[in-house]
Amino acid sequence: MLRPEPGAGATAPLLRLAGVHTHIGQYHILHGVDLQVARGELAVLLGRNGAGKSTTLRTIMGLWKASAGSIHFDGRDITGLATPDIARAGIAYVPENMAVFSELTVRENLVLAARNGPFDRERVDWICGFFPALRKFWDYPAGNLSGGQKQMVAIARALVEPRQLLLVDEPTKGLAPSIVQSLIAAFRELRERETTILLVEQNFNFVRSLGDSVSVMDDGRVAHAGGMAALAQDAALQQRLLGLALDAHQ
Amino acid sequence: MPATIPAAIPATAAQAPLPTVRRDIAPLLLVPALMLAMLPLVGSFPTWVTLTVAGLAMGMMIFIMASGLTLVFGLMSVLNFGHGAFVSVGAFTATLVLLPMRGWLEVDSLLLNLGVLALAVLLAMVVTFLLGWAFERVIIMPVYGQHLKQILITMGGMIVAEQLIHVIWGADTIAVPLPTALRGAILFGDAAIEKYRLVAVAVGAVVFVAMFLILNRTKLGLLIRAGVENGEMVEALGYRIRRLFVIVFAAGSSLAGLGGVMWGLYKETLAASMGAEIMVMIFIVVIIGGLGSVGGCFIGALLMALVANYTGFLTPKFALVSNIVLMIAILLWRPCGLYARGRV
Repeated sequence: MLRPEPGAGATAPLLRLAGVHTHIGQYHILHGVDLQVARGELAVLLGRNGAGKSTTLRTIMGLWKASAGSIHFDGRDITGLATPDIARAGIAYVPENMAVFSELTVRENLVLAARNGPFDRERVDWICGFFPALRKFWDYPAGNLSGGQKQMVAIARALVEPRQLLLVDEPTKGLAPSIVQSLIAAFRELRERETTILLVEQNFNFVRSLGDSVSVMDDGRVAHAGGMAALAQDAALQQRLLGLALDAHQ
Repeated sequence: MPATIPAAIPATAAQAPLPTVRRDIAPLLLVPALMLAMLPLVGSFPTWVTLTVAGLAMGMMIFIMASGLTLVFGLMSVLNFGHGAFVSVGAFTATLVLLPMRGWLEVDSLLLNLGVLALAVLLAMVVTFLLGWAFERVIIMPVYGQHLKQILITMGGMIVAEQLIHVIWGADTIAVPLPTALRGAILFGDAAIEKYRLVAVAVGAVVFVAMFLILNRTKLGLLIRAGVENGEMVEALGYRIRRLFVIVFAAGSSLAGLGGVMWGLYKETLAASMGAEIMVMIFIVVIIGGLGSVGGCFIGALLMALVANYTGFLTPKFALVSNIVLMIAILLWRPCGLYARGRV
């Protein structure tokens, strides 16, 4: 049962994590994550490998349960809800490994994502505008596609029905520059349509022109939260927060 | 919603060459290849026809019993060693109709015979569906993700089911009459083919086609296929996979019940241990086919039954180990079974 958060209103953040801890088996991965994502913004979560970025997204989705703290979405407490209920509350998720259903065709992947019945063809046309390859490979098994094309399927699957929040985990990982350009165009367009996005990335160059806000994670905590413009212009802050990891990804 | 296409989108991806869809037809050729290869070895064409139809009938019945288990394996990662209980329960439940209505089975009327048989099958499938539902909720649900516990508790479940059958129907074997219309054989030239075996082939084919259509033409089928591959992502799309689990489990149990009725009529005697005895064959078929693959399970069941029949005729002593040898040969060729996980 979704519980309204006291005092929730239009100006409240769409997503708010407060003191979230996550354990995976005996390992304590998140150590009190505090994070806010405002409505309509593209928020970026940066950090080196193992900082807890993917775990944060998985915890939001309920794929790993928060052992302490709270997660509020659209004014409702979703901490401890089952993953399908969180998805039904309006959150779409694109995991790091894309997780396209390789035995299903591109069309079947999208049909499955259209939970509320037949998908809106006009919306699919709009999505195919970003990723023309989808139409070309419409009836091909998704497992036969390249890594970039699978990423397109994974993102299209998250967009096939309108959702309030889109969680995307490292979409540029291992992709050719041309595909990354397609992704940049897609995210720009989505932001203009006031879709709220929380984007996990290690590629700072990819997100520096896209993000409205940025949070930097380190050792399972949010070490910095602020505007992307401020971080993009402050080399010393970048060095302090991202260190060698930034150099490695530029 | 406007169909806007940002100008910045590069055409590189769209211009990439089309990937080739590799159709894996080698396993499909195994059954006809085996049948043709055996023709010169058997020598007599009528004998070959009889052996082949008998093998296909046996294979179809094993497929019906095994198809549910392979989906349960693939979708839920559950090692259900109690699947045989549904075979036994299905067969014994059918006697609640078959024995009191024995008179209608013995009259020379195809309509009456089939009517009674259909009623028995329906009752067996309903009872095993409900039993499967309860089995999943009570026995399987507490041990999801714990394979050792699954093996122990499901074997325990099967033992309990067997003992309950003893309590309800007694410890003796029960003779079940084959309907008069399905007794005897049809002659095709010099080849005699038992009528019941033709019925078994037809029912198996109908079940396979129905499963194929459901899995490939419906959203429920899409969900099952996607769930076999990545259940977590199916949940992240907003589907309650646990509900899907229980539906698939109960449907698989129901198919085992149908298979039990058919197997019981084939043998014409029922014993509470029949489910446990056939579990070895069912597991071999599921492993040969590839966990989670209904198509693989179908081919595996036909292969196993045909090999057992041909070797039983050609080298009877070898027939005892033919199933194991077949499984080893298939796994040496394809270590994950005929079709990889998720391909249905």
